Amino acid sequence: MAFFQQSSREPARHAVDPSLQPWVEKYRPKTIEDVSAQEHTVAVLRRTLTSTNLPHMLFYGPPGTGKTSTILALARQLFGPDNFRSRVLELNASDERGIAIVREKIKGFARQTPRAQVVSSDGNTYPCPPYKIIILDEADSMTQDAQAALRRIMENYARITRFCLVCNYVTRIIDPLASRCSKFRFKPLDDTSTSTRLASIAKAEHIDVPESVISTLINTSQGDLRRSITYLQSASRLANSTSPPTPITPADIQEIAGVVPDEAVSRFAAALGIESNDMDVDGVSKVKGFDDIRRKVKGIVREGYSASQLLTQLHDVIVEHPTLTARQKAQSALALAEADKALCDGADEELQILEVALNVHKAVTS
Amino acid sequence: MSLWVDCYRPKSLDELHYHEGLSARLRALAGSGDFPHMLFYGPSGAGKKTRVACTLRELFGKGVEKLKIDQRVFMTPSRRKLDVNIVQSNFHLEITPSEVGNYDRVVIQELLKEIAQTQQVDINARHRFKVVVINEADTLTRDAQAALRRTMEKYMSNMRIILCANSTSKLIAPIKSRCLLVRVAAPTEQEMMKVMKHVADRQNFRIDDDNVIQEIAQDADGNLRKALLVFEALKMQTGLNGPITIAKPDWETYCHKVGDMIIQEQSPQRVMEVRTKLYELLSHCIPPSVVLKTIASHVVDKVDESLKADIMHWAAVYEVRMRVGNKKIFHLEAWVVKVMSLYKHFVYGIDMSSFD
Ligand SMILES: Nc1ncnc2c1ncn2[C@@H]1O[C@H](COP(=O)(O)OP(=O)(O)OP(=O)(O)O)[C@@H](O)[C@H]1O
Ligand SMILES: [Mg+2]
Repeated sequence: MAFFQQSSREPARHAVDPSLQPWVEKYRPKTIEDVSAQEHTVAVLRRTLTSTNLPHMLFYGPPGTGKTSTILALARQLFGPDNFRSRVLELNASDERGIAIVREKIKGFARQTPRAQVVSSDGNTYPCPPYKIIILDEADSMTQDAQAALRRIMENYARITRFCLVCNYVTRIIDPLASRCSKFRFKPLDDTSTSTRLASIAKAEHIDVPESVISTLINTSQGDLRRSITYLQSASRLANSTSPPTPITPADIQEIAGVVPDEAVSRFAAALGIESNDMDVDGVSKVKGFDDIRRKVKGIVREGYSASQLLTQLHDVIVEHPTLTARQKAQSALALAEADKALCDGADEELQILEVALNVHKAVTS
Repeated sequence: MSLWVDCYRPKSLDELHYHEGLSARLRALAGSGDFPHMLFYGPSGAGKKTRVACTLRELFGKGVEKLKIDQRVFMTPSRRKLDVNIVQSNFHLEITPSEVGNYDRVVIQELLKEIAQTQQVDINARHRFKVVVINEADTLTRDAQAALRRTMEKYMSNMRIILCANSTSKLIAPIKSRCLLVRVAAPTEQEMMKVMKHVADRQNFRIDDDNVIQEIAQDADGNLRKALLVFEALKMQTGLNGPITIAKPDWETYCHKVGDMIIQEQSPQRVMEVRTKLYELLSHCIPPSVVLKTIASHVVDKVDESLKADIMHWAAVYEVRMRVGNKKIFHLEAWVVKVMSLYKHFVYGIDMSSFD
């Protein structure tokens, strides 16, 4: 019994079996050079590694583009494994972040004077500059008050600390705070970077991923690398679970990504009166009046597709349509835009899809 | 004796009746150690919760069915005490945010931290992580959602999260980016009929007339829970021979009455009467957007074709305002007045044209 107790007390980190780790964590960049597609940011940060002078920083960009990974990698490269814990404080939205708490934590942390140590236990030398880094991840969920209080704190401890704020929406950060930081924008990953990254993961995991699957992954994840990696891992898990293992197909990815099948979208569009050229949808009877539209909408809602996903795809069908007039497209786009905003405000999905369906129907049949 | 819905709820992935492809996928995922965070979404009554329970069982074996209820006290930032009941087994626990109102962030934060920092002590456990199931995840406040983000990444070795939601549009993008999305579509009428037949088999009675269960399935509108409840009630009341009438729930009948009132008369006095009725509905905890949708869909069934689209349009508009605003009743009423005005103009318009 004593034996078991001992083993269970061992730190979690050592016990994780890499083959069971989610790939997003397994392939999280270890160094800033390892970060894909953010060349500008990496170039600037590389210089700070040698000059060891760091400004306050503000990282912003959509989810899964490497913000958290970059700052963690940078901190690790600056301080090495020995000093990481004593030099880096990570506070995120899941921590209590009332003003008082932030102040207390930061005060306590920033007070101990940093002392540099040259050679680390793993044999490497780290610059270990004479300041501490405070990472405020997900800073956009901090209240305005907390942000205002942070201003003073940043100034008071400027000599021995550097702040790195990380957020998705830069507009949620109050101006006086943002202006104290160098801003780094993280772009959604471009197609080639995503593709290279996914290919290298596939290689490391010894799985066969056809070109068509990669391009489906790129299309469905829209520059969010975390998402494409998760999709890939799930797909490969599914492909391996059958015996004999089947290859991954683009359809698998679409299903996992929650994409509405093209056929379903075309049928819906056709029902609303949008002729489809490249698909045989003769079987679809055009709607006649309100009740028909309502029935169609009910049907598609029952399938459980996410409304925003459905509207996005309907949008693509309409905008790229060869014969609809500009006016018809514009009117439909307007309806889609209104619905999108409403959905962001938490509107009922069925009502919004119905609203769009009615408006689009009116636009394309008039 | 428990209801049929509960007694014949499938317990393992193999027993699930429909969406076989999905069940197979869940089985494959559960069979591996690198189970991802998941987000189950789909219309209510489609069987999300059942599917989650089956997945948990696949992950951990029978042990997950041994549930206990824990009374926990949480402290809000303003030092108020919150009592929360938490359903848990050795391998997972469940939270429903609406039970803790505006303080969901505090509860989630505390619970997740606690789980994340403790190790699975049961050495026979098949996985080293525990699962946290968050029901009705679309009612999580933004704050609570933000609190999940980094926790989901940081403590992934000790914990997985399964979110259940009716729709994904109320969840912030960073959360969706961290989950594997699983869509659970509503069962078709045939599928619901199959389930009802299965229940009948287990209860040892025969269904002589398929039309009866078909009618129940149609009425249930993709909500299998509703179908089974109605099925059981009708069996008890009528024995299911011969034609049936499916009783509507009281609130629905009440909503229809309100709809009729709107069409019968359009006057300030009528608005006041409708208002009392709306208050009545709200005070019985019928969600305001359900009230609006039900009344609206009843009204459009009764009016001229040319008015239908407009009535629905305004329903959509006021429904959003209701979400954004604070006072639900204002927006419900505004819609009622709007509909009355549309209707009156319409009737008036016809009168005028018949003059010349
Ligand atoms: N630029 C990138 N280069 C390499 N890997 C990346 C990159 N961006 C994202 N990833 C992968 O996605 C995962 C998540 O990235 P990260 O946590 O840095 O995202 P984030 O920008 O902080 O997102 P969020 O805004 O949701 O917090 C990483 O573990 C890594 O596997
Ligand atoms: Mg992050």
